[in-house]
Amino acid sequence: MLGLNKKDTSLLLLVAALVAFAPILLNPFPEGSALAQFNAGYPDLMQRFVIFGIFAIGFNILFGLTGYLSFGHAAFLGAGSYAGVWALKLLTINVIPAIIISTIVAGLFSILIGYISLRRSGIYFSILTLAFAQMAFALAASVLTPITGGETGLQTNLNDPRILDFGVREGGNIPAPSLFGLEMGSSFQLPVAGWLWTFNVGYYLSAVLMLIAFYIAIRIFRSPFGMMLKAVKSNQQRLNYTGLNTRPYMLACFVISGMYAGLAGGLMVAMDPLAGPERMQWTASGEVVLMSILGGVGTLIGPVLGAGFIKYFENIFSKINDNLLHQWFAFMPDGIENVLVAIIHPFIGKGWHLTLGLMFMAVIIFLPGGLVELGQRIGRLFKRRKSDDTSGQTTPAE
Amino acid sequence: MSILEVKGVNKRFGGLQALGDVNLSVQENSVHAIIGPNGAGKSTLLNCLVGKLIPDTGSVMFDGQSVLGRTPYEINQMGISRVFQTPEIFGDLTVMENMMIPCFAKRDGAFEMNAWGSVLGQKDIVAHAEHVLEDMNMADKRQMMASSMSRGDKRRLEIGMCLAQEPRLLLLDEPTAGMARADTNNTIDLLKEIKDKRDITIAIIEHDMHVVFSLAERITVLAQGTPLVEDVPENIKGNPKVREAYLGEAQV
Amino acid sequence: MDSSKSSIMNLGIAMGAVVLFFVAMSSIFGVQTTVAQTINGLDKGSAYALIALGLTLIFGTLGVVNFAHGALFMLGAFVTVALNKALKLGFVAEGAETKAVGGFTFGGPKETLYVEHWFGEAMGQSIADWSVPLSIIIAIPLMILVGVIMERGLIKHFYKRPHADQILVTFGLAIVLQEIVKANFGAMSIQAPEPAALVGAMDLGTFIGFEEGAIRYPYWRLIYFMFAAIVIAAVFAFLQFTTFGMVIRAGMADRETVGLLGIDVDKRFTLMFGLAAAIAGIAGVMYNPIVAPNYHMGMDFLVISFVVVVVGGMGSLPGAVLAGLLLGVLESFSSMREILEILPGINQVVIYLAAIIILLTRPRGLMGRKGVMED
Repeated sequence: MLGLNKKDTSLLLLVAALVAFAPILLNPFPEGSALAQFNAGYPDLMQRFVIFGIFAIGFNILFGLTGYLSFGHAAFLGAGSYAGVWALKLLTINVIPAIIISTIVAGLFSILIGYISLRRSGIYFSILTLAFAQMAFALAASVLTPITGGETGLQTNLNDPRILDFGVREGGNIPAPSLFGLEMGSSFQLPVAGWLWTFNVGYYLSAVLMLIAFYIAIRIFRSPFGMMLKAVKSNQQRLNYTGLNTRPYMLACFVISGMYAGLAGGLMVAMDPLAGPERMQWTASGEVVLMSILGGVGTLIGPVLGAGFIKYFENIFSKINDNLLHQWFAFMPDGIENVLVAIIHPFIGKGWHLTLGLMFMAVIIFLPGGLVELGQRIGRLFKRRKSDDTSGQTTPAE
Repeated sequence: MSILEVKGVNKRFGGLQALGDVNLSVQENSVHAIIGPNGAGKSTLLNCLVGKLIPDTGSVMFDGQSVLGRTPYEINQMGISRVFQTPEIFGDLTVMENMMIPCFAKRDGAFEMNAWGSVLGQKDIVAHAEHVLEDMNMADKRQMMASSMSRGDKRRLEIGMCLAQEPRLLLLDEPTAGMARADTNNTIDLLKEIKDKRDITIAIIEHDMHVVFSLAERITVLAQGTPLVEDVPENIKGNPKVREAYLGEAQV
Repeated sequence: MDSSKSSIMNLGIAMGAVVLFFVAMSSIFGVQTTVAQTINGLDKGSAYALIALGLTLIFGTLGVVNFAHGALFMLGAFVTVALNKALKLGFVAEGAETKAVGGFTFGGPKETLYVEHWFGEAMGQSIADWSVPLSIIIAIPLMILVGVIMERGLIKHFYKRPHADQILVTFGLAIVLQEIVKANFGAMSIQAPEPAALVGAMDLGTFIGFEEGAIRYPYWRLIYFMFAAIVIAAVFAFLQFTTFGMVIRAGMADRETVGLLGIDVDKRFTLMFGLAAAIAGIAGVMYNPIVAPNYHMGMDFLVISFVVVVVGGMGSLPGAVLAGLLLGVLESFSSMREILEILPGINQVVIYLAAIIILLTRPRGLMGRKGVMED
């Protein structure tokens, strides 16, 4: 289907199904129950899942296929965000032009940075991309204030021109980004028994775009172009001596990857029309690296899983506090309860980043293939057990 | 007719004269060996032919066109394929994928943005790669990861990848270095077979005299960066100059 | 190319460029301003140089790209913060009177510092006052220990893995270290001040015949620069004149051969890692009074330090020092009002800009060797 083989088609369909039913799947606990705070099915978080999923898919096209580790990928996310807000300000509050312009601007920006950075490889490439991103961050926060709004950031205003909206003005409020009048923030809520499911416009728009992005990524992975990129990672010298010019391949890959970041940036401002320089900082670049590695770099689904995993735990972990821990461990004797809470305390709430750092290190050390490898290992374990069972059954029969 | 013409090539590294006034002419459809003791400048010469190094002076003409100042991939597209001393293949890819890449390079040139179609949908490429694999007796290994093969098989794959491009000149850099005797003999047989089957010029840099005298139709002896003598193998064997250059290396 | 000859040539080119730069600056802004700006850039530059020196040592000996090196700088700074806090701990002596000033009583009862209690009031107060230099004594063994544990516990498992993996795992470690510090010291910057005797500035200019007040330079920054110079000189002397250093240098040039000679390179390299950690640590200790440390300062410095290493040439110790100082000075020049008027914001980006230009024109950095990290 869609030019994919059976395995890839089922992967795409699976992701599509998961994404479509996410508002239900991510809310497994009834409202008001003690575990309801672990529900992730609210619009803001789900939007982040899919938007960062796009960002990570794009990063993975570069790092996963070619092995070029960009430490400045957030620059494209930020460039896309700024471009998106300007489109919302100048053109129309409709998000479609904003998203398209974000993607294009990030693409242009990545042509410039990629053309220079790709002259070097290995750690030099990482440092060059990092240097460019830090430059962009520093400039966005200072000199470029007229374009970027400086440290406070750029946002939409009531009296923006919005030339394509032909002077349509709604009351005294700043109009919210919308898709042909359908506001991104609007949701349809469906209470079923004890559960409350929220279907949000912004989420579904982002989800559809993520599915398209995911589909394109699959095609790239399976294409001759993708094979060349894997060959770059494997042995660049052989590729050169096989008559292939690696530079345009790398640049094309870098730009595609940058456009994914731009698309993610555009969607971010479509959900919340605000862009600040911190979106370009190296910590943001580091985050997408974490996502891809944690999920499983070089695999198709890994980065999406990683993005979801990090964003989910960031939200949930930081909500757990000592009171909650005391509640959970209340069944234990007081002494043990207090010790347990004291041990866990540094890793929850504000300590979430500590947990993340430790998890990340563990993955690099023990599980270089990330969550995907973990899944495969568990799968193999079950398979082996199954075959052990069958052999156990056949032996006595003989 | 000569397909490769090297004239007056000099190359210095700091104080070291690596190549001094090298003249070399390789006839089309011949097997030409370049031999010499360690440090004679064989590898430097080879690197000057494929674009890795640029000579300080002199000219290198391939089929009437200069290769100087061109990048390795451009020179490869002109029709020169190179086999490395240690097999250079795509270790993380399957044997089949390894073989398809030179097929793409042959069909599409140095760059082709084909990010939409599937690799396996390229029927002509698949057929071409399959054909070369069968030629190399490697069809049964097509799904193997290239890095997991034996050294001899890697060498075979690398030579196959070069042949898939249908080059006019195949350059081999000590193709049997570090190989066991059996593997070396296999490689010699493979190269003989290649020579018999197609119109191809082979230039081989070699240390192992057994390989050289089994294959070469003409031999150039390089010593201290300068060609000492160029002749047919029979005359090289008894040449006193060559003995002198190899003094201490008794096999000659 | 003959390597010693080429490195001398590189040094020559680099020096030529530096001289040219200063001549140009002097002719535009005058000698006085040029000297003032140069000196201004030296203290920050020497911090860059110290971190970059450690990074290069680790990279040169172990071939590991250590993204946690900035975190070691930060840890050093917090050793001082912790010591400073500990020294300022006090108790309320029994029966102590409330402080009375001019008939009003302020706050609670007067606290006596533990150090005052143990060493007598005068001695105790000066110990508390000199907490920054004193913490060097604690920081050196502590940081060596941290370094050795880091190398034995984590880094050694990554020698054979790709550079990308090394970057990633040390990046993870950096996050962990800074989060631990954040959990214990909070997210705000905490400063440990310089000793009271060293507060203030001196008029450097009058020594070399400039007009009064032309170059006012805080004592502590001068001390920092001199301290850095001593540490750098000590490291070079250590590598040059001790057998240990000789093995390290040989190992940096060709690790396998040295290993074949029957010398246990690994053990020495582990210690080298500890040493590099200690250098970063004391660089952090002494930096305290200049900029109040916070938990993420390590990363901020790391990014720049990597740029410094790359500009200096991966694996070249003199290159790291030279590039650190140069970029510090460059940053200082670019913060001049006259320059900012022409190129607004240049002070924010000049280091990155320099890195990009140098990497593209001299791919091996100012003094890099051939074949280092080129694949």
